[in-house]
Amino acid sequence: MLEIKDLHVETGGVPILKGLDLTVKAGTVHAVMGPNGSGKSTLSKVVAGDPEYAVTQGTVTLEINGRPKNLLDMSPDERARAGVFLGFQYPVEIPGISNTVFLRTAFNAICKAQGIPEMDEAKFDALLAEKMARIGMKSDFAGRAVNVDFSGGEKKRNEILQMAVLGPRLAFLDETDSGLDVDSLRSIGDSITRLKHPGMALVLITHYQRLLDYVKPDVIHVLVQGRIVKSGGPELALEIEKNGYDRILQAAGV
Amino acid sequence: MEITSAPRPAHQDFLEKEYQYGFTSDIESETVPKGLNEEIVRFISKKKNEPDWLLEFRLKALARFSTLAEPRWAAVSYPRIDFQDIRYWSSPKAKKKEDAPGKIDEVDPDLLATFEKLGIPLSEQKRLTGVAVDAVFDSVSVHTTHQKELEAVGVIFCSFSEAVEKHPDLVRKYLATVVPAGDNFYAALNSAVFSDGSFCYIPKGVRCPLDLSTYFRINASETGQFERTLLIADEGSFVNYLEGCTAPMRDENQLHAAVVELVALKGATINYSTVQNWYAGDKAGKGGIYNFVTKRGKCAGERSKISWTQVEAGSSITWKYPSVILQGDHSVGEFYSVALTNNRMQADTGTKMIHVGKHTTSTIVSKGISAGDSSNAYRGLVRILPGAAGARNYTQCDSLLVGDRCSAHTFPTVEVQNPSSVVEHEASTSKISAGQVFYLQSRGLDLEGALSLLLHGFCKEVFKKLPLEFSVEAVKLLEMKLEGSVG
Repeated sequence: MLEIKDLHVETGGVPILKGLDLTVKAGTVHAVMGPNGSGKSTLSKVVAGDPEYAVTQGTVTLEINGRPKNLLDMSPDERARAGVFLGFQYPVEIPGISNTVFLRTAFNAICKAQGIPEMDEAKFDALLAEKMARIGMKSDFAGRAVNVDFSGGEKKRNEILQMAVLGPRLAFLDETDSGLDVDSLRSIGDSITRLKHPGMALVLITHYQRLLDYVKPDVIHVLVQGRIVKSGGPELALEIEKNGYDRILQAAGV
Repeated sequence: MEITSAPRPAHQDFLEKEYQYGFTSDIESETVPKGLNEEIVRFISKKKNEPDWLLEFRLKALARFSTLAEPRWAAVSYPRIDFQDIRYWSSPKAKKKEDAPGKIDEVDPDLLATFEKLGIPLSEQKRLTGVAVDAVFDSVSVHTTHQKELEAVGVIFCSFSEAVEKHPDLVRKYLATVVPAGDNFYAALNSAVFSDGSFCYIPKGVRCPLDLSTYFRINASETGQFERTLLIADEGSFVNYLEGCTAPMRDENQLHAAVVELVALKGATINYSTVQNWYAGDKAGKGGIYNFVTKRGKCAGERSKISWTQVEAGSSITWKYPSVILQGDHSVGEFYSVALTNNRMQADTGTKMIHVGKHTTSTIVSKGISAGDSSNAYRGLVRILPGAAGARNYTQCDSLLVGDRCSAHTFPTVEVQNPSSVVEHEASTSKISAGQVFYLQSRGLDLEGALSLLLHGFCKEVFKKLPLEFSVEAVKLLEMKLEGSVG
């Protein structure tokens, strides 16, 4: 579904990704791990189309309606409407706009692009209420301004709510587990697992094994200095948890 | 006096895209030579068959004007205006010889077409429902719709000239009672040369069945526009009043110095909304309207209420402070404002709330949006006089910066002379960040939709106060004005 080849990216003139390759198939869960500053967040932002990052080389191809399309030719909103989702590490505050209005506007923008009838306010309110209940969000969050005065954990949960409502085909979740207490981690992890389906590809970006206890990955990638230096099964995450990155770094010669 | 008739050249259509109301109409008009003097004032008064008292009022104002200096305290800069280089009268030429335009079948079809192009159809068949419109073209009121429906409930809504003719006592009783002729430089100028405008009287206990609206259109070049609005809400009455304005794109600056006076008697409510979209000049700051306007309301009776809502999105320079004198006990004054500046626009706008009566309340919500190289200032005065026991004011003053070359300023003044009053002031400055835009885009909203949502969020409290059709227009207008400023 997603194929990234020889991706080189810089921001502010500093190279971050230096020849990254990654292939993710529909219905699978991938985890990208790696030390601080290795380029994990950059990868997710480039896939979503953040204009702060400049792609200098390589391709990012997503299969849309059975045809490969170059994501790099598409604006961030076109990508979103084609089913790409990024769960932000630091969700942004939108003062004065309620979660409901924000999500309904986004939901209907996607419906419109996909030729599906837009949803009226009453139906959307019901849909949102149901999704919030499933994710364990209190109903008053519907009327509150997007991420304004939310705690760190509430912001992360709000990202998962957005994913649940917008129903992406490809989701990158950037450190959704950071800043969560144990109970929240379990609850959010379970929510993510419930949102998985065979038509969807999920990429988790994380420092820790602990999220992977709740969202079982199929493939683990280790990202170091802008490249994926090792990929493997779930056991790779356990190994990193136990021994750190040193051995992998040595083996990869970086 | 020599009167010239000159057809207006149509030009600059290629610029229309940027400002969709920038067209000029090829309407024959009657204008006077440039310059300001007693002769011109007498001419205007005679042209309008005014009674002697009104001519005297004008002449006194002219004498006062000549003693006043142009105000320079506002945070705006522009070259000195040569008041002798402006034409003080321009009127679309009436088809019948002595008639001023008024009856719909006597109005030049080209004029009707102009207003239709502006989205203000005037003819009986096409006119807007639910809103009575007084259409002012250059110096003259062209037509007022729905007059019969309004007459049925005793509401008077007509051009200022017609009011002087048909309701001289009302006009004389209230004219300049809120904004005296010598109040300030531009008010004095307006009082001397005002051409026309709207007059409105809501009788006792009447809830006006239609929203009333004045649409101002400047067309003639090198001509100042000096209209006057006088609105009186008698005891226990209620009215919503809307005001819109556009002008052609011209390379020279044009002066617009209007006076608006509102009087709310005991228990009356006036909601006055403006969407101001005068031509703002081009990207480099060439051309545009100098909008130097005095708007003031008086809550004369107890429990009366005057609410100003304005969306200021046009003009090269805006200098205006819709204010309320809270004279009646328990009266309420409100000022809700969104002022947007882009490119080289300058705005110095705000309000004055003068608390005279006991337990008077005022609310000020000002939202300034600056983009491009523009400068946007809020200037406010809250004055609580010794007799205003228990008075309250709440002021919220927010600035939003788009890009890093613009500026926002606030100049709040609070004078409290009464120990039992409560005054609150909150202020904030924020930026539309690339991060916010990207976040919204990453959820499927296109750039326009993202911007619209952010603007909505910022201006919410003000948009809520606008009539629905107006708020949709206002958001569209702001989006259009900000296009290309973010990201």
